[in-house]
Amino acid sequence: MGNKAEINPEKELNTEKELITGLGTTSGNMKKTEALLKVEDLSLSFTQYESGLRQTELKVISNLSIQAYKGEILAIVGSSGSGKSLLAHSILGILPSNAKLDGRIEYNGAELTQERKEEMRGKEIALIPQAITYLDPLMKISNQVIGCVEKKNEGLMKKLQREIFQRYTLKPEVERMFPHELSGGMTRRVLVSTAVISSSKLIIADEPTPGLDEKTLNETLSYFKDMADKGCAVILITHDIEAALKISHKIAVFYAGTVLEVANVEDFKNNGENLRHPYTRALWNALPQNKFQAIKGHQPMQDEVIDGCIFYERCSRKKALCAQGLPQLKQVNGGMVRCNNAS
Amino acid sequence: MHLKGENVSFGYKRNNLILKDVNISLGSGEVLGLIGDSGSGKSTLCKILAGYENKYQGKVTLDEKEIPPKGYNPVQLVFQHPEKAVNPKWRMNDILNEGHFVSQDILEAFGIKNNWLNRWPNELSGGELQRFALARALSPKTRFLIADEITTMVDSITQAQIWNIVLDIVEELNIGVLVVSHDRNLINRLCNDTVYLKDINNT
Amino acid sequence: MSTAVVTVNRGLFRGLNLRQKTLLIIGSTSLLLLGIVVSSVFLGGEPLQTNFGSKNLAPSLEHPFGTDWMGRDMFVRTLEGLGLSILVGGLASTISTVLTVILGLLSSAGKTADSFVSWLVDLFLSIPHLLLIILISIGLGGGATGVIIAVALTHWPSLTRVVRAEIKQLKTQEYIHISRNLGKSKWWIASKHILPHLVPQILLGTILMFPHAILHEASVTFLGFGLSPHEPAIGIILSESMRYLSAGYWWLAFFPGLSLLIVVLAFDMIGENLGKLMNPKNAHE
Repeated sequence: MGNKAEINPEKELNTEKELITGLGTTSGNMKKTEALLKVEDLSLSFTQYESGLRQTELKVISNLSIQAYKGEILAIVGSSGSGKSLLAHSILGILPSNAKLDGRIEYNGAELTQERKEEMRGKEIALIPQAITYLDPLMKISNQVIGCVEKKNEGLMKKLQREIFQRYTLKPEVERMFPHELSGGMTRRVLVSTAVISSSKLIIADEPTPGLDEKTLNETLSYFKDMADKGCAVILITHDIEAALKISHKIAVFYAGTVLEVANVEDFKNNGENLRHPYTRALWNALPQNKFQAIKGHQPMQDEVIDGCIFYERCSRKKALCAQGLPQLKQVNGGMVRCNNAS
Repeated sequence: MHLKGENVSFGYKRNNLILKDVNISLGSGEVLGLIGDSGSGKSTLCKILAGYENKYQGKVTLDEKEIPPKGYNPVQLVFQHPEKAVNPKWRMNDILNEGHFVSQDILEAFGIKNNWLNRWPNELSGGELQRFALARALSPKTRFLIADEITTMVDSITQAQIWNIVLDIVEELNIGVLVVSHDRNLINRLCNDTVYLKDINNT
Repeated sequence: MSTAVVTVNRGLFRGLNLRQKTLLIIGSTSLLLLGIVVSSVFLGGEPLQTNFGSKNLAPSLEHPFGTDWMGRDMFVRTLEGLGLSILVGGLASTISTVLTVILGLLSSAGKTADSFVSWLVDLFLSIPHLLLIILISIGLGGGATGVIIAVALTHWPSLTRVVRAEIKQLKTQEYIHISRNLGKSKWWIASKHILPHLVPQILLGTILMFPHAILHEASVTFLGFGLSPHEPAIGIILSESMRYLSAGYWWLAFFPGLSLLIVVLAFDMIGENLGKLMNPKNAHE
């Protein structure tokens, strides 16, 4: 409860209507000392019935490491089945009971255990989901945004909530409404308010953008940028590389359950020469405004066992070494990459 | 051949119309883009054109004739979420061949591997399922394809793969396509022509 | 948002996974019930002969459930009664299920048919169940046929309601629309798309109908509207034993009653465990 008071209502609320201006979003006075969230060598597998009574393990995430810093937006980009949503579920501790998690997740310097995840969830760590069914349909908006607070703090919270609603252009009537009375855009703003009022430090947005028209898309993205500017660490999970490029600082590219590359936004330009991994380059060149060029093949299925590099089959520059073991994640040009060819 | 919607209006309530007097025309072999804001009634228009929704006012015709409600519909609709377009209790092979027997050439063009055919829908990703949905819809009897945000949920490589194949097939079969998307770049890349569906719609 | 539940594997079946455990429970319970039915067919004869030399004996090794006032072995009588009950229950729930399927499909045929089915369900559910069984049973002249038909004709409404709702929900699915657009007929869609979703529901519903049917048959018989006193039905045994309870012959009611309870719970257990297997939520534990 102590962290609730940390919100400073007088803080400059300058970004409400600010337009997103592409790449020019690096916040200047950022101190990159310690990562707020550190995921190290994470592996996730599910126990499943193969046929009849035999159980097998299905590995969906392997050797995954990422870091999220305060004041930064980290986009996680990948196709469906790359494990990006499962990573979010791992951090929030909402995996099903047949899941097995290995590796280490650190938050604020200490290990994030299941108990700590449950304690932090919805407070320090907030999820902004794609689905609007996330709100309780039988509860008034204001109650959902404020959550349960002690009686003596209620007045204060109410005041704070009004201010936040004003910032996101939500009318005072909204707080007395029920979720079904809200439009899609309003719902999104309410969800954002919920994360802001609980003074979450880490925001995880899971596919918040697909199917939005340009105006709504930019509006939604501006909320995340706003949060990052206030010092939150934002993880934006999406398959839409274009949306990610508009606001993020770093882009982690997921493929078949692991990270292939962590690139800076500035690397995405021209024909992608600055990009470190051929898969990232292919993603970039496949955009309709670029070359609209598709490489052949598919992401391997989860139950396929692959000895070498997981991108081996689709890679145009593979060599003998690539068939032997997954390349290590290494530092290249101010980013990270998992490729034998990169230097 | 021409697929035409004339003065199409639709609303759940009488005084609150989602679509009002919309006119749209699509010719064989034509690739037409449809852009509109969220909630402008794009998906409803698609459903009306493909005969999924019949409580509308106005006329939808195929070469001046009404589309018969029974039998194979020459206007096929493919949706944004392929997971909902397949019966979870069917194997992929049965799903694929529900309408017509899909030839090996088309399978190869779509990159559908033969070992996917024995799998259940929940074992495949959205992009993989969408290939099945498209292969199923693109039979020789199909004259028009309505593609309602079909690549919104997939990554850019899969999007480019899917559209490159679809464009090849529709050209070969002389099928007319309505491409619905919020992504202007995609529409510009694919379409000869674009229609804008405004909130209070006059196209 | 649910927290991850850790399933603890302990007790009798340690080391087995959920699916093995569930199947084991289902298997052993089914075996017990089958055993009762089979033994009720082959037992009988001598132990059921009137033998006044050994009347009203308390439970012993020779007569585990004791004997009644005519010297008949209560264990054999109880088994016979249970066997009969299970057969009646089985017959009744099978007929009810057939009715459910017919009415469910009828409700999907059109609006008028659907309101008719829904009216019929409401009508049957609005009359007290036991009363309805008694009325039908008497109307058909009583006896075994009367009871079986009465029990069978009154157990379909709740399952029909579930099936009807499921069909309604399925019909809004996109793949059903697509199938229609691919030129498939109503009948084809009903049998290929809708029926596979209903089979597990119906199977489960049938098994869970069993205990209801058995208990209703026993109660109606107990009240004297059901099977004739010559039949070794549980209801008859219980109602006869009532007269001897005050004389201290407790075993006449206790063991048959307990056995009935065990059979009913066994069916419930099978149903519950089958449900667990079919539920996709814990399908992989």
